[in-house]
Amino acid sequence: MWDWSYAWSIVPELIKVVPITLIATFGGFAVACLLGLPIALARRARSRWISWPVTWVAEFIRSTPLLIQLIVLFYALPNYGIVLSPMTAGILGLGIHYSTYLAEVYRGGIESVPKGQWEASRALNLTKAQTWLRVVLPQSVPPTIPVMGNYLIVMFKETPTLSAITLVELLTTAKAIGSHSFRYVEAITLVGVIFLLLSYPSGLLVRRLELHLKRRERSVEAK
Amino acid sequence: MIGQTETLRETEQPDVAPPAPERRRGPEEPETNVKEEIRPIVRYRGITKSFGSHQVLDRIDLDIRPGEKVALIGPSGSGKTTLARLLMTLEEPTSGTIEVDGEQLWHMERKGRLVPADEKHLHRVRGKIGMVFQHFNLFPHMNILRNVTEAMVLVQRMPKEEAEARALAMLERVGLQERTKHYPAQLSGGQKQRVAIARALVMQPNIMLFDEVTSALDPELVGEVLDVIKNVAAEGEMAMMLITHEMDFARDIADRVLFTDGGRIVEQGTPEQIFENPRSERLQSFLTRFRGRRADDAGTSAGSMTAAGRE
Repeated sequence: MWDWSYAWSIVPELIKVVPITLIATFGGFAVACLLGLPIALARRARSRWISWPVTWVAEFIRSTPLLIQLIVLFYALPNYGIVLSPMTAGILGLGIHYSTYLAEVYRGGIESVPKGQWEASRALNLTKAQTWLRVVLPQSVPPTIPVMGNYLIVMFKETPTLSAITLVELLTTAKAIGSHSFRYVEAITLVGVIFLLLSYPSGLLVRRLELHLKRRERSVEAK
Repeated sequence: MIGQTETLRETEQPDVAPPAPERRRGPEEPETNVKEEIRPIVRYRGITKSFGSHQVLDRIDLDIRPGEKVALIGPSGSGKTTLARLLMTLEEPTSGTIEVDGEQLWHMERKGRLVPADEKHLHRVRGKIGMVFQHFNLFPHMNILRNVTEAMVLVQRMPKEEAEARALAMLERVGLQERTKHYPAQLSGGQKQRVAIARALVMQPNIMLFDEVTSALDPELVGEVLDVIKNVAAEGEMAMMLITHEMDFARDIADRVLFTDGGRIVEQGTPEQIFENPRSERLQSFLTRFRGRRADDAGTSAGSMTAAGRE
């Protein structure tokens, strides 16, 4: 069944598209990070005219499948004159979908900053913007780093979904190889192995980072 | 001698409370002030504060003169912390007005009427007020020096070098010149609170609010913080509002002591009058209870309690 020499022969072809998968992952992650912050801030806005619509849209995006959002971006938007390349649509789709998750992460980070920090800023007469930029955000980011790392890995593993919009990433390539040779087992298995080889060490790295942050926090507190 | 003649007995105040914003700002109101030589640095008028249905402050009138040291004592929940937080603009009054250095704090004049202040107005007036908190509230991600310089640089637009020179001088005054590169988490509670005092002092406020600044400290660290405050107080020109449970400290430092209970200023006078000769029953029982509690944990550092001179 399993043909080792055949499997080895298709490895280079698969490795060649790994960068595509990585570009989609990091591109999507960057969009999600950038978009997540304004969503988190808007949801906290005092005016309901801002917070409610943003909350509603974010919940909508989070509660519907990424696959459907990708299909809308890639196949439906051209009807309205917006034509996106598979990569652009993939990065946007991944980014927008996961921005709603990262917004929640940011929100947790922001809420972890004690009320006293806001009050001290006020007592020192810092402006709202200064309070956000100098006091609140610098303290909100570090505790979110491990969670952000996990989302990066989740997004990486989500990239095969982009095969639905014809992006030539790992899964698309494996399927193409399979349809040529009528041997799917090797190609698909190898895709799985490549994902495993990349995400498992990344996961370990994130966990070590998390431990490191916790230990540093504890050691500073202990002194 | 101090605080007596020109201070209002709030109990006798006519009701000036609810729709205060409508009130026009006339020339100095003659109704209550016997003498009006010095303009108060802070003037509360008919200040009421409710959280939901719970009323914390009930039509408070209070004047604090420039340089005056006022201690607020009273049971917890009597509204003394809220009184300070309203002045620091951390809470908004439900009704009434506060003047700072002759200028409305929560209101501003527009077409001859007082309307709620905008952020710009609050920002300007707030610069005259400083506050030290019970839980220090230092910025944990900045070292000690930056904790002290940050507001000078951001708010007062001071060049960094000048801000650092001032911060160093101030940190030396509170005895922490060796710790400038440390982070707050590396300091003891007493040291943190001294940094917080330095951070507020470098902004040169006209009035400083100390909100139970030793309540979160281990007993053996209380003394160093109180010493710093006494030192600052001795210099004189800055008014202080001290909310404290340290009766000896209040008596040492205050020109005037206010006893609050149930959202009202029940009694006020010189430390001697308040501690040696309390008139109201509520103050008497407060001091007795307080002395009892102190007798219980005798042996804690902050010295003997001789407050209630009545028995």
